[in-house]
Amino acid sequence: MRIGIPRAFLYYHYFALWRVFFTDLGCEVVVSPPTGRSILERGLTAAEDESCLPVKVAYGHVVALAGKVDYVFLPYMKSVEAKRYLCPKIIGLPDMIAHNLSGLPPLLRPEVNAYAGPDGAERAYLAVGAQLGFPRERCREAYRCGAAAQQEFRRLVEEGFLPEEAYARLEGREVALPAAPRGAIAVIGHSYLSCDSFVTMDLVGRLREAGYRVLISDSLPAAEVDRQAERLSKDMFWSFGRRLMSAGFHFGTRDDVRGVILLTAFSCGADSMVEPFIVHAAAGKPFLNLTVDEHSGEAGLVTRLEAFLDMIERRWSA
Amino acid sequence: MKVTYPHMGNLTIGVKAMFGRLDLEVVEPPPISKRTLTLGVQHSPEFACLPFKVNLGNFLEALERGADTIVVAGGKGPCRFGYYGQSQAEILKELGYDFHYVTVESVDNGKDKFAAGVKALANGKSAWEVVAAIHYGYRKLAACDLAERLSHRVRPRERHRGAASAAYRESLEQIDRCRSAGEVKRASREIRRRFAAVPVDRERPVLKVGIIGEIYFLLEPYVNLHVEERLGYLGAETERTLYLSEWVKRHLLLAPLGVNPEHHYARDAAPYLTTEIGGHGRENVGKAVQYARAGFDGLVHICPLTCMPEIVGKSLYPQVSQDHGIPVLSLSLDEHAGEAGFETRLEAFVDLLGRRAVRERRS
Repeated sequence: MRIGIPRAFLYYHYFALWRVFFTDLGCEVVVSPPTGRSILERGLTAAEDESCLPVKVAYGHVVALAGKVDYVFLPYMKSVEAKRYLCPKIIGLPDMIAHNLSGLPPLLRPEVNAYAGPDGAERAYLAVGAQLGFPRERCREAYRCGAAAQQEFRRLVEEGFLPEEAYARLEGREVALPAAPRGAIAVIGHSYLSCDSFVTMDLVGRLREAGYRVLISDSLPAAEVDRQAERLSKDMFWSFGRRLMSAGFHFGTRDDVRGVILLTAFSCGADSMVEPFIVHAAAGKPFLNLTVDEHSGEAGLVTRLEAFLDMIERRWSA
Repeated sequence: MKVTYPHMGNLTIGVKAMFGRLDLEVVEPPPISKRTLTLGVQHSPEFACLPFKVNLGNFLEALERGADTIVVAGGKGPCRFGYYGQSQAEILKELGYDFHYVTVESVDNGKDKFAAGVKALANGKSAWEVVAAIHYGYRKLAACDLAERLSHRVRPRERHRGAASAAYRESLEQIDRCRSAGEVKRASREIRRRFAAVPVDRERPVLKVGIIGEIYFLLEPYVNLHVEERLGYLGAETERTLYLSEWVKRHLLLAPLGVNPEHHYARDAAPYLTTEIGGHGRENVGKAVQYARAGFDGLVHICPLTCMPEIVGKSLYPQVSQDHGIPVLSLSLDEHAGEAGFETRLEAFVDLLGRRAVRERRS
């Protein structure tokens, strides 16, 4: 049985768990190819035009799996931790896709909802296992192994590996972090955006090329996210938005961070609420607020990045 | 303590009445204007939704007039409205304003948090006096909603263009002037008489249009470009999913008592949207289906550009429209919305509904 996983959105956060869970059950896991022109084009055609770029990209990845797999795994990702949600578009994505794309393999759409406690997440995976006809005990075991892989993944990301690099290492491939003689730059943004090298025109690669270590907001350990979030007068109810704010507070005051980039998708509603906090937190450092959409041109990005890196050079050589 | 609050439709009439009963000094923000919008847009994040920007403009104009305490409602997400207050405070602090901030959290985000917000505004009054004050504000808002509903019914049928709107304006002024619950009750009777006296053409064919969408856009004519008034003039009677007094009754009067009237929309939304996505996203999908079943001629879906829950809805309405044979016009607006283009689209939509209605009557 072949299970398709779109290389979009939560892939960049939970694929370690998903891969082990399904392979342990004896399924073959097929991931859609990295985002490219044709995947993006297909997404643009099918998705509501007001959606953000990551939603459009996700549509394209689901289309790319059609005809290649028996099922597409597309859970309702409502909540991944107690008392916090993900963004409404992420939650509604499976419904949007189901009603706007035809000719798809059956979608596996359990609701991952840990709002009331972690059992809510496990239940979703057990439900998928049951839907595929596997005995409950076996699903439970597969989920346990998946959760262990997920922890290992988090450790690698906290060490500085990008999600794709961490997945490669988990599969036994050798990946080393490049040398970074010039110090670190923080890239604050959702991993599904910052780590998709096509839509960001390889932002992270370019920074590394220039000799910087890249610290993505997902590299912040959960305990540090919690610690930084304590300064908020009201807790932030989006898990990802909260992480971005904490990353702003953390990287904005860390001495080894040379500059901060806030990377957002055009029209991202969640980022618009956390942006003021991050802009103020990073006020003491060179700061670049970068917005990407499907019309972004490489020349514009390169120019802005060069200006930003020049700013850093001048600041730290003086 | 000089208290201010954001504008949203007729909210100010109810809030002034409520705060007046609590002997709070109120600084009413000036009516929303081009200036409000310009100020709000200038200091907001680019992709903040329009209600955020308008409210920020309200606060800036109220602070200029000497307000020192801002009151907002809270929320638990995942619609971004629940974090408006905190983000706006961050922006205003950075601009150098000094003010207090009171967030009245919704009851479902914790009864204690709700109680703490209310207590900060109680001004030393007893719990009973606070409830009476909320109830008085509610009475005024209910009277406003009565007048508004009547205007929607009368406008498409009026013989003299503008008569319903004039009756509506007069009614709002009257409610605002009332000094007691008894006066509000008398005003409501007069409002009914006032609208009954508007000369109408009972033979004129009138279309029925349901308005669904984001709450602020449903309630604030400044941002929805007076969509219901325009539709009325085009010959359509409108009904919308949400009226302010019902919202106040549900969230400020019943919810604290633990009473939660069942809203029957989840089952109707289920074929399209299986889970809550924040805001009124799922409720709107369910109501769209219900309006279609009730024989409405068409639906207008209206929301701020980039609205997170309503973008999901917007992706689903083409399917709802197809399944239930009801035309849906989706309109997303921001500070760049132009009236001419808006009017043209509404006209075309009403023309389409009118032709469909004629065709159906013939067949």
